[in-house]
Formats: sequence, C-alpha cells, structure tokens
Amino acid sequence: MGDARRLTREDAAYVARLARLELTDEELDTYAGQLAAVLEHAAQVAALDTAGVVPTAHPLPLENVLRPDEPRPSLERDEVLAAAPAVEDRRFRVPRILGESP
Amino acid sequence: MSEWEAVIGLEVHCELRTATKLFCGCRNAFGDEPNTNVCPVCLGLPGSLPVLNAAAVDYAMRIGSALHCEIRPSIFHRKNYFYPDMPKDYQISQYDEPINVDGRLELPDGSLVQIVRAHLEEDTGKTSHMGGGGRIHDAAHALVDYNRAGVPLVEIVSAPDIRSAAQARAYAAELRAILVATGASDGRMEEGSMRVDANVSVRRVGDTAFGTRCEVKNLNSLRSLGRAIEYEIERQIALLEAGDTVVQQTRHWDEGKGQTVALRSKEEAFDYRYFPEPDLVPLAPDAAWQARVAAALGPMPAERRRRVGALFGEEAATGARADQIATVTEHGLDELVLAATEAGVDPALALARTANEASADAERARQLAPDAYVALLKMEQGGALSATQAKAVLAELLAEGGDPAEIAKAKGFEALETDSLAGVVADVVAACPDEWSRYAGGEDKLAQFFIGQVMKATQGKANGKAVVEELRRLRG
Amino acid sequence: MTAPAAALAAAVRSGERSAVSVAEEHLAAIDAVDGELHAFLTVLAEQARADAAAVDAAVGAGGDPGPLAGVPVAVKDNLCTRGVPTTCSSRILEHWRPPYDATVVGRLRAAGAVVVGKTNLDEFAMGSSTENSAFGPTRNPYDPSRVPGGSSGGSAVAVAAGLATLALGSDTGGSIRQPAALCGVVGMKPTYGTVSRYGLVAFASSLDQIGPFACSVADAALLYDVIGGHDPMDSTSLDRPAPDSAAAVGQGVEGLRIGLLTEFVEGVDAPVVAAVRAGADALAAAGAAVEEVSVPQLRYGLPAYYLIAPAEASSNLARYDGVRYGLRVDAADVEAMNRATREAGFGPEVKRRIMLGTYALSAGYYDAYYGQAQKVRTLIIDAFEDAYRRFDVLIGATTPSTAFPIGAKVDDPLAMYLSDVCTIPSNLAGHPAMSVPFGADDAGLPIGVQVLAPALGETTMLRVSGALEAAAPVLGAPVVGATR
Repeated sequence: MGDARRLTREDAAYVARLARLELTDEELDTYAGQLAAVLEHAAQVAALDTAGVVPTAHPLPLENVLRPDEPRPSLERDEVLAAAPAVEDRRFRVPRILGESP
Repeated sequence: MSEWEAVIGLEVHCELRTATKLFCGCRNAFGDEPNTNVCPVCLGLPGSLPVLNAAAVDYAMRIGSALHCEIRPSIFHRKNYFYPDMPKDYQISQYDEPINVDGRLELPDGSLVQIVRAHLEEDTGKTSHMGGGGRIHDAAHALVDYNRAGVPLVEIVSAPDIRSAAQARAYAAELRAILVATGASDGRMEEGSMRVDANVSVRRVGDTAFGTRCEVKNLNSLRSLGRAIEYEIERQIALLEAGDTVVQQTRHWDEGKGQTVALRSKEEAFDYRYFPEPDLVPLAPDAAWQARVAAALGPMPAERRRRVGALFGEEAATGARADQIATVTEHGLDELVLAATEAGVDPALALARTANEASADAERARQLAPDAYVALLKMEQGGALSATQAKAVLAELLAEGGDPAEIAKAKGFEALETDSLAGVVADVVAACPDEWSRYAGGEDKLAQFFIGQVMKATQGKANGKAVVEELRRLRG
Repeated sequence: MTAPAAALAAAVRSGERSAVSVAEEHLAAIDAVDGELHAFLTVLAEQARADAAAVDAAVGAGGDPGPLAGVPVAVKDNLCTRGVPTTCSSRILEHWRPPYDATVVGRLRAAGAVVVGKTNLDEFAMGSSTENSAFGPTRNPYDPSRVPGGSSGGSAVAVAAGLATLALGSDTGGSIRQPAALCGVVGMKPTYGTVSRYGLVAFASSLDQIGPFACSVADAALLYDVIGGHDPMDSTSLDRPAPDSAAAVGQGVEGLRIGLLTEFVEGVDAPVVAAVRAGADALAAAGAAVEEVSVPQLRYGLPAYYLIAPAEASSNLARYDGVRYGLRVDAADVEAMNRATREAGFGPEVKRRIMLGTYALSAGYYDAYYGQAQKVRTLIIDAFEDAYRRFDVLIGATTPSTAFPIGAKVDDPLAMYLSDVCTIPSNLAGHPAMSVPFGADDAGLPIGVQVLAPALGETTMLRVSGALEAAAPVLGAPVVGATR
C-alpha cells in the first residue's frame, strides 16, 4: 500500500508511462507533489472503517440490460475515415508498433 | 524426459456466431471490406456507450453448460491498456466475477481437464504491419481495420492439468468439437475464430511447485499447437538441465523455423488497472433462462461417443474401436451408426463401414439418407454383397446418390444365390481334400484358404461370411 | 412565476411569434456580447436560422413542432452534435466533428428547439471555473472579471446573459449546479439514469448526468421532461413513466419535511449562509416543516469523489491516442505518437486527473483508493437513506462562495476542488439536486440555494424549488447581457 507523502518522481514516471503521458522531469515533480496533496486529503477515505461495506459500482439497481441480436446500420466508411489523422488502403494508418499486443 | 513433467494450460478464445457485435448492432462478419462494419460504439467514439447482446450471453451460457460450469451472476470489467487495435484503449472483459466457472472437459480417452473459467469479452480490431515482410519487428508502419473490434468472444481457460503436447491437441480438438456442437462457434483455427494460446512450464517429477511458465502464441492449427508445445517443453528442459533458468515471457511460434521465439517487445508495464465497467450493469441470468439453455443443448461429443460405445459394452473404451467411435463422432456420423443399428444392422459392421469408408467423405455422408445406408449395410450383412462390393456401392451412393440395390445391379454385383454358393463351396472342398481334412479336424484358420478359393471361383462375388457358414455346415 | 421558455414555445406554436425572429434576436445578442463573455465556442447561425424556419413552416402547415418550438437552446460542447465541432474545450478534439448526435440533442430537435451554439466548458468537464478550457475562459455576466463557475460555465452564462433561453450542461461533481449558483440561474442535475448519456463525452461514467439550465424552475422542468426518459443506447438509463415535472412546480410545500444540512452551511461564506437560512425561513413560512440535520458522512464525499472521478476519467480519456480522430502529433513509433499527442492535446488539469486516476487504479493501490472510495459511496447512500426517512428533501448551499476572480484558484487545485463539497454527494449517490437563485451578496454576485431529493424524487424537489423561487429576492440584471 502506498504512502502518499512519499510519492516519488519514479512513482509519477511509472504512472505517466501507464497513461501514455510524456512529462518532463519538472512536470513529474510538480505532479508528484500535487498528487501527494490530493491523496493525503483522500487518505481520510483510506482511514475509514468500511468492514463489511459492499462497494457501489452503480448508483441505481439495474441488471440484465440486453439488446436483441439484430443488425443496425453502420457508419459510412467515408465519414469514418474522414476524421482519421492518416489513412491508407481504407484503413487507419499509424507509425510502427514496437510491442506485441498483451 | 522421464524425470521431467510438462505442465500445460490452454487459453482458448472463441468467436461467437452472433449476427452482431457484443455491444453494438454492427454485423459480426468475416472478410468484409475494411472499416465497413463500424459505428460510434465499436469505434469507441467519444460519447458512445455499450449495450450487451442477448445472443452472445446465450452462447456464453451454452458453452458454460456444455463444459459443466457453474453459471453465475457476473459483471464486466475494464482491462486498460494502449494498443492501436483497441478503439477505447481498454477492453471490456470479465475479471473476478465471470459468467462461467469451475467446469471440466472430458477427453476421448476419458481423462478430465478442469476448466477454470469461460468468460465474455470483446475482440480487438486487426492490425497489419506494413513493410519488412509483414513481421512486426521490421515494419515501417501499420494499418488498422476495426471490423473485428467488438466481436463477441468467450475466453476459456483450462487449469494446468495437461501433461503433454498430445493431450493438449486432444483437448483443443475436443473443445472445438464441443464449441461447434453448441452452435456457439464454427471453431476454425485457420480463420481465427478459435485461437489457442498455451502456457507451458516444466518441473521435475514429484515436485508440487510450478516451474516458470512461458506463454506460446500464434498457433494456427492443431498441428502447430502440438509441435510448438513439444518444442517449448524441450527448450525449457534443456535450459534447466544446463543450469539456466526459464525466463517468464511470451513466445511466438514460428512455423517456418519450427521454434518458439521470444518477442522483442518493449518492457511493458502490464498493469491493467481492472475496475468494474460503469457503463454496463450486472448480468444475472435467472434459473428459467439457464434451464432453457441447458434444455436446448444437444448431446456433446462425449455423450455421443458414449451412446455409440453403449452398443458394444466395455470394449468400447480403448483401442481401434474407440478410435472408430471418435472418428464417426468427430465427423457427425454417430447418428447414422445409431440409426443403422436400430434398424437391425450389426453394430460392428455399421461402425466399421462408417468410420472407415463413410468418414472419408464425411460431408456427403452426413447428407446420406439413413434408409439407403441401412439397406446397403443389410445387403452386405446378409451376404448379398461382399465387403469389397459394398464399399464400391457406398462410394457411388455418396457421389451420385441413388438406390443401393440398383447401383449394385448396375455394377453387376449379383447376389450369389445360396444354392449356387453351396455348389461352389462343395466343388472347392472336393478339389482340396488335404485342406478340407485339416479344417474338418479343427484348424479353423483354413477357412480363409477356402474363402480365397471360393472368391477366385466366383470372381469375388461370394460373401465371406456365407462361405464360412457353409463350411461349418458341411463340417457339422 | 414565469416560464419564459414555455411562454416562448407557446407563442411560436400559436403563430404569435416567428421562430426565425426569435432566433435572430438571440443571434444578435450573442454577436453583441459574446465577444466579451465567451460563452460560445461555436455559434450555429446558419443552422439555427434553418431550424427556426422549419419550425415556422411546420406551424404554418398546421402542425405542432413540439413543446420547445422555436426556443433557442445552447448545448455544452461535450455533447455530440453531428457534423458540428464538439471539442470538449480541448485541443485534442479541436477539429473533431462527430458523425452522430447525442440522444438528448435528437430529443431537443424533435421538440422543435433551435440549437444556437456549443458552449465553453472546463476541458473534458474537469473543473469548477471554466478556466481550464483550452480556448480561453468564460466570464461571469455579473462581473466579467470573475469566473462563471464550471465546468458548464458557457451554458450557465448563455442563459444568464440572455443569449439562449435554455441550455444543456453536464454535472459530474456539481458542474451544472455550481455555475448556475454563480450566474444566478436555475441548474438541475437529475437522478442518475433518467437522462441518456449516449453522446455525452464521458468524464466519470458512474457520476455524469446531463441536465438543464433555465431562468425558471418551470422551464428547467420542461427541458428535463423533453430530454429525459429511457434510451436503449444507454445501458444505465432507467425506464420510468413519462413525467409531467412542470406540473409539480407550483404545488407548494405545505406539509413537506425539509432538512437543512449542517454540513452544507459550515465553512460556507457568510452571505451564502444567510441566503440559505433566508430560503429555509421562506419555506417554513410557506408551510413546510424545516429542521436542521447533520449527515456527517457527507464530508467524505469530496475525498471519495477525487478518487472515483479521476479513476474513471483516466480510463475514459485513454481513447484520445491520435489513432482514429482528433489531434495527432507524429512520431517514429505509435507509442511515442500516443505520448506526444496527449502531451500536446491535454491541458494541465486533465493530465493531473489522469495521473491521479491512473495511480488510484494501479496495482497495489486499488483496494486502498478506488475500492475504498466505492465503499464510502455506499456509506453516503446509506446516510442519505437515513436522512430521507425523516425528511422529504434536504437543502443547503450549492457552493461555499460567490463567483471568485479569474485566476484566483488556478494554481491551487485542492482549493478549486473544495468548491464542490456541497454538490458532490448527490453525484455519488445518483440522487437529483438543483440550484435555485436566491439573491446576491453585497457585490451583487448571485447566490444559489441547493435542493436535494432522493432518487427519482424530482417531483418533490421541483415543488420545493418552485417555492424557493417564488420567495427569492429579485436578482438584478447582469452587467453584460440581459436576462430574458
């Protein structure tokens, strides 16, 4: 379990990597500090006794919301690709991918 | 190898045969023009929201039921990671509350592999690496098609109960047969509608702890699966015997080289940050729905094999007969065997002819009218046709259809009348007095000699069994 | 009580006024003052004229264009409008035009409303002042050197300055109610699930709700009825019988039990407290039983929110990776491209919340942070439930202060977050709440009183809000623009 007060630049760098954010060392330090302050405030939450409390993922009780397996119109490909930053051969073009998909 | 034990678990991703995707109404279709089956939801456009496909849930329950899983209330989770084929850069999947848990799969040889879970998740788009021979390492750029993004998948995870490449193949083959039998999937590994990844580790026999495992991917056929696992087992044993360690990693099966290769991936922090999907609500199929699913499920391959096996009693479990039973079931011809035996055909004959001849042309055999098949088998059984003749008639029946009796007649396969047969046998016996006295004295194996002689005399028209019966009758 | 939108629609439907003239009037007002206020990012002049003309044509042909016929409506720029820029006030979507309409936008059009433009917000709805917009702040029409509140600042100002009769905003931690309070208009956050989120660019999915801004409670109710209702495109949307919320507004508060939340007056600026107490007195005078009540668990709303909302946001904003739409900053490989794109495309507050949220979800911290916060949510819901056994509605301040100067809190994120302390609990619980203008401070800056109700308690909430409105001191006209 992390101690917010000791949120280091390394912690911030790890989080930035996960989030695909490119931050300078200065930004990392600033964020580390700001995050620590917020997390300290949020630590009030961590300290509460919640033994036996069921977490709420949804504010209202709904279940089994389903739709029938019936086709609906798709978007026109031209409209879809018109918004794309780069297109080649009717597909979205991206620079080389270094890693395999997890 | 005998001091080492392989420990293998398989993860199978199975595309469901729904008309539409898991969370939107785009068509679930293979091979369409790129990016034509996309919408705001499966493209993950800002503001879009998922809505769960009822048929996908039904198929997931069928699979769970077929694998003897407990079907439970479940929720969806987000699995967060970045990759260009992921429109939202998270995948909607199931994490610690999946729909199906604790099942089992029975292999043809009777062994069991536990199924840990079988859950629902959405598929990704397809990436093509351009330049550099299509391999990821040398590619200059990549192109992405999102037609497949959002297609429903069920991921089936086995316990690490598998102990050999052969068993892994058997598991994958049986699972495929089950998936096809449920109607949930077409099980085509080559097309990617069934994808198998193997987790392989080794340990010394007697150890209870697990060795370090590697995940092996890119297995596009059962054959690749078997070869890759064998390779990986040997690779790991060699490492450990040399005093090295096995590095936990993902390895890619290279069919051309016949090796698994470590992927040159960047050190990726696979911290998926799972949390419950807030855009979806829990799934709790009621008892009535579960009952409907179970009731609608036809017999699975294991059950079908058992039904054929029941015709033979205990012998069915092993050996050639078990192989024959597995073959006819695999080809969907078990019902034909049952129909034939029900109509009075000898089970061994029905099974043999179906496993050996009919299965060779299984697609046509599945469409064969049972009555015609039964008639043909009875002709052979009753001696009107020899085995050779029966096979010839069957071949034509499959290719052209028609009536077996007429086909036989057209081929000139006249039934050799019992009288004339008796006459021929008598002639042969008279011509071979030495062999006859030995046969009459109890050397039963000489029956083969006489059958041969009778066949020669009748140009193959005689029925072997009928000949033996006649010989016995003469012997008294 | 007045209901300018309802009256306007009635006039258009009867042919007494032309929708086109109404549209022109509002477009002219926008032209005149929005240069200073910057409520709008996109003004849809041509489309508005065309839509208005279509409404007039329908009326001329004897048809009924709907309950919002010809009413000018402003739409927050995080709601998808087909073919029209939907930027979320972010560089990363600066030029993005959605290929589809949000469900609520479709319902607006179907009701005959005329969408006059897309309004400014804090980037991706993250903020309480509209200063986090990548395209410049919006200014408070009561004092243009001050913030209008946020994140739906643009929509609040559009209504407050008379640039539109109605507006749509979104509220995740107070983003409709707080700017409504600071700008002297009515702002409502409905029960979670009663208004479809399909087409609302997601910030925190389990908290976001779309809601109305209006000059009167009855108008807010009217707009809510138009946009609300089940949507098969949103799995979290509720089925509920079609309400007639506007009818509840004038029903009075005789016999209602109203709780004045201690936690929502403690630590709140004096003028705001005074307004809340005056509101409470007015309700008592109108026949309600008003009593103070303490619900201490509500204090934990703020820290829980600042774990849950950024966590969901960090996931919702992952899709902005430069691959399929929006900004792309090229690089040698796709991972570098993602990073460069997000670096250039996101402002500091968005990055801060993504960092916070990613951390709260990351391995080893989930249970202590996100997981724990979801449990606190349950505690808050239970506490509300207890309170609602004794009371029909709860009231309190909407936000602790009146409008603060632009730039005053920008460098202290924590201070900014504290503006949401009174609004956040309703989002966590999924309950409805609204802000009703109730006077001003000595500088003439508007004050709002908040009314909170249990889930699906809109009717009671509107009754109380209507009574507050009827008793409210008259608010002066804004310095810029004019209330209509």
